[in-house]
Amino acid sequence: MRGHSVQRCAKPAAAHRPRGGSRWRRIVDVTAAAVAFVLLWKLIVVVGNYPVFILPAPEVVAERFVSAWLDGTMEPNAAQTLLEVVLGFAVGASAALVAGYALARSRLVERVLSPYLVAAQATPILALAPLIALWFGSGLLSKVVICALIVFFPVAVATMVGLRSVDRRLLEMAHSFRATRGQLLWTLELPAAMPGIMGGMRVGVTLAVVGAIIGEWAGGEQGLGVLINLARGSLFDIPLLFATLLTVALLGVVLYLAVVLVERRIVGTRG
Amino acid sequence: MPERQVVALIGPNGCGKSTLLRLVSGLLRPDAGSIELDGRPVTGPDPRVGFVFQEPRLLPWRDAAANVAYPLELAGWSRDRREQQVTDLLGLVGLREFRGARPHELSGGMRQRLAIARALALGPSVLLLDEPFSALDALTRERFNAELLRLWERTETTILLVTHSISEAVYVADRVVVLSPRPGHVVADVAVPLDRTERDANLDVLALGGTASTIRRHLEGATDDPTREELSAEIGRQQRTRQVPIEELGVPAWFDPFGREDDR
Repeated sequence: MRGHSVQRCAKPAAAHRPRGGSRWRRIVDVTAAAVAFVLLWKLIVVVGNYPVFILPAPEVVAERFVSAWLDGTMEPNAAQTLLEVVLGFAVGASAALVAGYALARSRLVERVLSPYLVAAQATPILALAPLIALWFGSGLLSKVVICALIVFFPVAVATMVGLRSVDRRLLEMAHSFRATRGQLLWTLELPAAMPGIMGGMRVGVTLAVVGAIIGEWAGGEQGLGVLINLARGSLFDIPLLFATLLTVALLGVVLYLAVVLVERRIVGTRG
Repeated sequence: MPERQVVALIGPNGCGKSTLLRLVSGLLRPDAGSIELDGRPVTGPDPRVGFVFQEPRLLPWRDAAANVAYPLELAGWSRDRREQQVTDLLGLVGLREFRGARPHELSGGMRQRLAIARALALGPSVLLLDEPFSALDALTRERFNAELLRLWERTETTILLVTHSISEAVYVADRVVVLSPRPGHVVADVAVPLDRTERDANLDVLALGGTASTIRRHLEGATDDPTREELSAEIGRQQRTRQVPIEELGVPAWFDPFGREDDR
């Protein structure tokens, strides 16, 4: 612990001036890994001599990726999926914050609700999706519901654990200044739980992308999940299938980064 | 306990010193009997009392000024009044240049000074200190005792200090109350004879040494050796209440593949 705190004291000075060339070093590392990945992919295609409809070469996929974005195949579908993910995440995360608070506050609520929460989480969303599509139609609403359901659990658990694990000594300090319940929540418990809650949101946002694709498979007119089905089925355009998968992956990375940026703004300047 | 006095509570572990402080502050309610301040009973956490805990207990996501302002915010002070009071308090404890620093950037002593400024924020008439300097090294502690007296002179507070150190008690206090454990009761109430202004010069002379040995005599036989049952109960309690140190709060518990560690 002692060595730990020394290290921590040394950090603020280093924050302004990262170690010589560490940013460059990171860019080089990441680029090298990406190049290696693409080369390996190409190597497998060449050595295995796979046809395009099994495993297209990276340059074929890249070309299709660019053309799909330019000819308007990709954009409306990506926009639709993004909308579903963002709405579903917002609804699910908001509900989870409230539920997490209730679970943290009341042992009774936890006892009564947590078996259902875990059971709902253990039921594959893939199996629930057709039912949800049946209830809420094949439009935007059913996807938002699926995304919200899948986001709910990790955020609710993170909120509950975060609120519960607030240091008792800090709570006693706030009590000594006669903090009210609401003040405790807003000035102490929520800020203290924030790193954990944001961790739950990081997990949640990547799951929301999965939820949107599954929702689109269960029935939908537009979206990246629909495009994947089309590319594999009636269009039989496997490079387009790969280009769509690439778009889905990029969407997940971008959304994850967005959560990380929000998190850094909120909790980034702590010890 | 008369106004404007400095009283030290001394005794081995388990004699209820910290509990007594929490009763006075209203953080705990007495099972029997009552606590009165200026003739009015203490029924809950009381604005007339400022509490300095063993650890600084600062909020890691707030800077020094915002930590001192915390009780003022809770009490609903306006922004302008808060600003003025915080500046005064930071000046009082000599941390004015560090108002923007986060707790983890301050030394242990500075953090505890900040905690004292925070305890004084609402202008309490009684300041309670629960072994406030026990985490500091011996040299820093000696300086802090002098600093505490300086603060006491500049504010209108009565001080009740819990300590393990006889020399600390004799140096700081007008009266030293000696407690014994199991069951906790007052063994002695020793007045320190020397005038406070003379103490600095006479730190080691007979008068203080005599007082110290009186206190030491009263403490004889009062050990904190627990019985076997108490020991196992204590170990159980410690295991239940094991906590993450405050310094580690706010550190994200999840992986960050995007190099967050390097950025800090």
